Amino acid sequence: MLQVSIYRYNPEVDSAPYMQDFSVDTEGKDLMVLDVLEMIKDGQDASVTYRRSCREGVCGSDGLSINGKNGLACITALSDTVKGNKLVVRPLPGLPVIRDLVVDMSLFYAQYEKIQPYLQNNTPAPAIERLQTPEDREKLDGLYECILCACCSTSCPSFWWNPDRFIGPAGLLQAYRFLADSRDTATDERLAGLDDPFSVFRCHGIQNCVNVCPKGLNPTKAIGHIRTMLLNRAT
Amino acid sequence: MVVQVTSFSRSGLSDWLIQRVAGVILLAYFALIGYVMINGVSYASWQALHAHSAMRIFTLLAALSFAAHAWIGLWAVFTDYLTERMLGPRGNRLRRFCQIASVLTLLSYLLWVVQIIWG
Repeated sequence: MLQVSIYRYNPEVDSAPYMQDFSVDTEGKDLMVLDVLEMIKDGQDASVTYRRSCREGVCGSDGLSINGKNGLACITALSDTVKGNKLVVRPLPGLPVIRDLVVDMSLFYAQYEKIQPYLQNNTPAPAIERLQTPEDREKLDGLYECILCACCSTSCPSFWWNPDRFIGPAGLLQAYRFLADSRDTATDERLAGLDDPFSVFRCHGIQNCVNVCPKGLNPTKAIGHIRTMLLNRAT
Repeated sequence: MVVQVTSFSRSGLSDWLIQRVAGVILLAYFALIGYVMINGVSYASWQALHAHSAMRIFTLLAALSFAAHAWIGLWAVFTDYLTERMLGPRGNRLRRFCQIASVLTLLSYLLWVVQIIWG
């Protein structure tokens, strides 16, 4: 029997959060963490609350702290995370808890909104699509795949301490996605908004973001590119 | 954009660049000091070394680098941990006190270095 400990907090009833223990019979199967949560919700306690949708690592809904490391419950296999037959599941750290494993992502989305995550082009629209060379398109690889699950930003201490001023790895990866896009003409305006001591420069390069990204992306590298662009523009 | 009036240069990019350059200068300075000390040092050789104008300039450059490096680094630490978010309203007062106290301390040390090597 797998011993599962789940963070519980219902602000309407509980005065403080607590950990609730469950025993789950996995029948020796190497399930995903989401499967275990579903088994608990279906068979033991229907009030256990979490977000989930696609259950295949595409939607980014079920980002959780799993045995102390952020990841997507739906694509984290028990064999990759369980040691000593113990599974501890907590909400993503650093964001306000709404209930149990569900966090309020408003701060995260506010930072995403700040980087203006849409193509800006001040030239007249052509009759067909704005075309890119295969080389220019390649520059977006490793950037566009982000699913905004928030695993990276909520594993970053700089984002914990300054979630209102530091854009965080997810937002900065997307900032670079548009800075690197040959079809975007707002490069200067975008860079001008990133020069302050917090937005980009609160990143100290500890690479927690790289360590947890379920899509294998590298926000630290993208942040390095942004720094270089800022430096080239200002020196 | 909110201007940070207690940060070293008011600009994140400038602070970042200065801190890195200062780090390289400090590394070079302490490598030189380490090399001199490993090869044996007497009062006379130590005084002769620091009598050179080039060494005095290097020492002052290292002291300036130390002050700038520490100002930028401590400012980042204070704005991480001593905040209203972490400590409530008293976090703001405590942060301002620590920022001003650290800058005054660093400037005092800097002036002391100037007095020692040029006085």
